[in-house]
Amino acid sequence: MSGFFRGDARNRASYGLVLALAFATPVWSVLPDEMLPDPALEARAREISREVRCPVCQGETIDDSNARISRDLRIIIRERVVAGDSDDEVLDFLVERYGEFVLFNPRKTGANWILWLAGPLMLLAGLGLGYATIRSRRSGPEEALSGDEQDQLDKILKG
Amino acid sequence: MIVEIGHFALVLALMVALVQTVLPLWGAHRRDSGLMAMAGPAAIAQFLLVAVAFAVLTHAFVVSDFSLAVVTANSHTLKPMLYKVSGVWGNHEGSLLLWVLILALFGASAALFGSNLPASLKARVIAVQGSIGAAFLGFLLFTSNPFARLQVPPMDGQDLNPLLQDPGLAFHPPFLYLGYVGLSMAFSFAVAALIEGRVDAAWARWVRPWTLAAWVFLTIGIAMGSWWAYYELGWGGFWFWDPVENASFMPWLLAAALLHSAIVVEKRESLKAWTILLAIMAFGFSLIGTFIVRSGVITSVHSFASDPERGMFILGILAFFTGGALILFAIRATSMEAKGLFGMVSRESALIANNILLAVAALVVFIGTIWPLAAEILTGRTVSVGEPFFNAAFTPFFILLALILPVGAMLAWKRGDLGRAIKGLVPVALLAIALGGLAFAMQTGRSPVGPIGAALGAWVVMGAGWDLWSRSGRGSVADRLGRMRRLPRADWGKATAHAGLGVTIFAVAAMNAWVVEDILVAEVGETFALGAYDVTLVEVHQEQGPNYMATMAEMRVTRDGAEVAVMFPEKRIYPVQAMPTTEAALHQGFTRDLYLVIGDPQKGGGWAVRGYIKPFANWIWAGSLMMALGGFLSLSDRRYRVAAGARKAAAIKGVPAE
Repeated sequence: MSGFFRGDARNRASYGLVLALAFATPVWSVLPDEMLPDPALEARAREISREVRCPVCQGETIDDSNARISRDLRIIIRERVVAGDSDDEVLDFLVERYGEFVLFNPRKTGANWILWLAGPLMLLAGLGLGYATIRSRRSGPEEALSGDEQDQLDKILKG
Repeated sequence: MIVEIGHFALVLALMVALVQTVLPLWGAHRRDSGLMAMAGPAAIAQFLLVAVAFAVLTHAFVVSDFSLAVVTANSHTLKPMLYKVSGVWGNHEGSLLLWVLILALFGASAALFGSNLPASLKARVIAVQGSIGAAFLGFLLFTSNPFARLQVPPMDGQDLNPLLQDPGLAFHPPFLYLGYVGLSMAFSFAVAALIEGRVDAAWARWVRPWTLAAWVFLTIGIAMGSWWAYYELGWGGFWFWDPVENASFMPWLLAAALLHSAIVVEKRESLKAWTILLAIMAFGFSLIGTFIVRSGVITSVHSFASDPERGMFILGILAFFTGGALILFAIRATSMEAKGLFGMVSRESALIANNILLAVAALVVFIGTIWPLAAEILTGRTVSVGEPFFNAAFTPFFILLALILPVGAMLAWKRGDLGRAIKGLVPVALLAIALGGLAFAMQTGRSPVGPIGAALGAWVVMGAGWDLWSRSGRGSVADRLGRMRRLPRADWGKATAHAGLGVTIFAVAAMNAWVVEDILVAEVGETFALGAYDVTLVEVHQEQGPNYMATMAEMRVTRDGAEVAVMFPEKRIYPVQAMPTTEAALHQGFTRDLYLVIGDPQKGGGWAVRGYIKPFANWIWAGSLMMALGGFLSLSDRRYRVAAGARKAAAIKGVPAE
């Protein structure tokens, strides 16, 4: 329970510590010092980093994330881009080291095909079902009112 | 003592909810009107008891009663009053209490406003609603009691997550919950109809306002959340396809489908089984959303309070209600035979297409959301699914939807004339394409997303206008405008909501395609260019807020020498939670937002600064609000105020209400 206590003195001390820490760490993602001078290469690096997941955060891209490892990954991407790697080669490089987990754009291989084909297949199935429904509603006599309904209608009409 | 009253009220509410579930169901089965009549008072009593509990918890937050574990973990004496109150639902226990409160509110509303329902249907609807309430009250009391006390109350609390200390976040959860939980009414109506074995136009007319209201709230709630992300997170993103966002988006898509299919049931007595299924699925996905948020099985930026054990409990609730309803559906669906006939080209067919696209889009979002979990269980691969997937797999459905919408909206019921509908829309289409072409000519060397979005958006917006215009009959322009004004509110609601969708589609495309961004180091006094604007970093100073420290910059924005705005971006540190937040400075304009962020001081001097021009940013939320407004207009249509009329008619003519 003592963890809940925050005496005044401790509070002030932690306050100062926090300020120091907060000012020392980058508060946001891409920083000016890591950007490449060549705008075309920088744009490509940004494009790639928008598809890479921060390995330690909860569902952020390294482009958005403030974590240190994201910064490291952004710098690695820039190094690879400068070294002349293609986009795919950069991503391969990252996957080799950090696993497929870092790809926000899941690869179209193996079981991932289920994911990628689910939409188109379900659409086809839906269209088939919809077509069958519409066809089945196209013909046949309009159903007559049931006895009860006819009685009610008569009552209403007689008013 | 006050706290114990709240705790006791909650226990009592659970008992009442059980009574509300069992007696009316039994009564409806036995045709015992006395037992059925228990439903209404029980629902109202349950609501009042939960309201007492909620008021007690709010009181505890307001007076900072740190003997309550929830208050200690989520509040602080220095926190501004607004956030003390909104802190009530800024945590797991409190937000569940809010959930149950709204659930009970809908049950009580059904009791109060449902006097035109057939007695057995009303009893069953309220009973099903009560059973959901009982399940969640049990969950609350047994796993997440908000009234748990601490043995040794601390001197002060641990404060609310600073990201949640924001006016937008104060109201985002209540609206979202009104939407999520509102869908429970559609669910209760569906299950009650399955028990009754009867779905007709009248049923659709009763269920549609509830769905519409839920969808309106959900729209507002989602828009608020995305607006908050836009200005708070510091880079102006507004949608991330995060699991929790998806959790709110899936019910929204299904509720939108349900709204449209219920029209078919109401007007044409077709698509009954499908509509029932959609009602079950829409609420089922609300429960799945709750499960995703509360269990933490899927990592998300929203994981404020997740706990696997609680997740299991919610999974149980989910399995019981959705599974039970689906089994009931399987047994009874065949008894809902359709009546109305219609041709291949008809409003009915268009609405079926709408439903297919919306439902499949929702399922795509669902598969994308659970795939990381599924793939790990099935194949052991740890994969991520993010924005690139959703952009590729989801967007086509909305493009198709936008393409067919104006045509479908103009087709007649039963047997439409495709040629005539298209002929009227040719000028609209040409104008939309011309606008897209104009956008393409004005942007040089950028992606085609912007122009396509402009053309699609214009097509949907102008199509909605044309729909209204073509309903105004013949004659002079003045006559037609007069008649247009007197069109039913439902027609205006439809056009407004559709136009809102067009506006949002355009704005999302524009924002993605035409954003201007700059990240740089600026010395104090330095001026840098941002698009057509010049931004000067005038000065940077420290400021003390009520429960935070801020670094505030003053930035002067000019265009061609004329001052546009002076903006004050902030960076805050909340010492109690040791958490920094960015408070971007926004200058909102009709066609663009200026968006400035101040970062850290740099080693070589100067400050890291980010600037954005976000084109048509406001239009995203304006479009969402138009959708909500359209829903609201439709809700206020005379057709749904038939309650009073029907009762009068019954009294005069002695027609049974059934």
